[in-house]
Amino acid sequence: MKWSLWAKTNMNWTRKDLLGLEYLNREEIEMILDTADSFKEVSTREIKKVPALRGKTAVNLFYEPSTRTRVSFEVAAKRLSADVINIAVENSSVRKGETLIDTGKNIQALKADIVVIRHNCSGAADMLARALDISVVNAGDGWHEHPTQALLDIFTLREKMGKISGLNMAIVGDIAHSRVARSNIWGLTKLGAKVTVCAPQILFPPGIEKMGVKVSSDIDEVLKHADAVNVLRMQFERDTNTAFPEQLEYFKNFGITQERLAKAKKNIVVMHPGPINRGIEMSSEVADGANSVILEQVTNGIAIRMAVLFLVATAREV
Amino acid sequence: MKIKAKIMDKEAVARAIVRIAHEIIEKNKGTEGLCLVGIRNRGVYIALRLAESIKKIEGTVIAAGALDITFYRDDLALASGRPVVRKTEIDFDINKKNLILVDDVLYTGRTIRAALDALIDFGRPRSIQLAVLIDRGHRELPIRADFVGKNIPTSCEETVEVRLEETDAADEVVIVGKD
Repeated sequence: MKWSLWAKTNMNWTRKDLLGLEYLNREEIEMILDTADSFKEVSTREIKKVPALRGKTAVNLFYEPSTRTRVSFEVAAKRLSADVINIAVENSSVRKGETLIDTGKNIQALKADIVVIRHNCSGAADMLARALDISVVNAGDGWHEHPTQALLDIFTLREKMGKISGLNMAIVGDIAHSRVARSNIWGLTKLGAKVTVCAPQILFPPGIEKMGVKVSSDIDEVLKHADAVNVLRMQFERDTNTAFPEQLEYFKNFGITQERLAKAKKNIVVMHPGPINRGIEMSSEVADGANSVILEQVTNGIAIRMAVLFLVATAREV
Repeated sequence: MKIKAKIMDKEAVARAIVRIAHEIIEKNKGTEGLCLVGIRNRGVYIALRLAESIKKIEGTVIAAGALDITFYRDDLALASGRPVVRKTEIDFDINKKNLILVDDVLYTGRTIRAALDALIDFGRPRSIQLAVLIDRGHRELPIRADFVGKNIPTSCEETVEVRLEETDAADEVVIVGKD
């Protein structure tokens, strides 16, 4: 049997919120990953539950439709024995004109301990965190950040490759509208990976190089050097299909196919945050193939969200 | 904080572990159905040494695992709770086993209470027995050890530190206190 080493650090988590990876330092990111590593074991037990957050209440406040992220947070909170309340905004008083901060203060008045928020406006989570004393976890805000998605991507990559530092990571797809890309870039560069973003020119946000990444529109060249590729979802619901009318043309020029992978490194890790548009971002063969870790990402998402909920709920002032 | 007294040296620690190994075998009439689970962090290394010792005495290898009790602590809400979560690694079935729970120091009993809760989530052992290197008294719960390396009367102002080569580069037990 292999014995895991001591957690590398005895540092304490001091933040009541998780808003984005931009705000965290390398040690904090590694602390979340190490904590998730310990929580992963819980989901393999016959009784998949520990009492760590017994008596705490987590509220999922979702202003955008989301199934996988919401369910993942809900499963994570329940495996920690927290009580979970889901608020889908379509059916709530937000429709009667309540502001975000008023909604947040009402949730705080219910004596909830954690709000997990998904919002279509960038900065919504930050604003809510400033207004509330209870913990706020960002589950995606506009085009800004989606920190738990990036953390589970990085966690999966670290599991596969043993380390992050020095890896060549490619992020392919709609970089301009992607909070997943932004969070991944912050996290990966802080941990010492070399990141290349790859997309048609029209899907790069202005000034992307300033985030410390290489920029390319040559998918075959990018894949040749990559240890791993994170394939983003084309977000047609965000109206990019007007900017990029031909879905088939995208697949032809940027889609990840077996033919393209054949020219890449043999063990290249293929990731996708889901849900997949098969035949647009990647072929079915690739999505279900030997290099794909897409379903492991889903499993790891539980461990990451357990770690995040646990750390923010037990945060300590220094 | 300074060292007030050295209670055990390398040899004393080694002898205590060998004696406890003998007592475990004696009480359980052999090694049939026996397994060891050490509480993170130093309890794990004591459990591994006990397994090694039992192997030398009886020639049988018994399973050893590691248990992290952070999720089960009752002081997570207090300022003193400092959760650094480590891994639980129990890759064998504990059902119907005679399980020896191992820790370095037995003090208030709250760690053991948490460990018992955790173990029950893994299965239903036939029995759970407790082995500790040091029993320093001051129990806050009705818990006692079945196997003790050394009883040390202490004051609550003092701290007992078990140091092991695996984690602290020396085998010794010291009492640490103010002034």
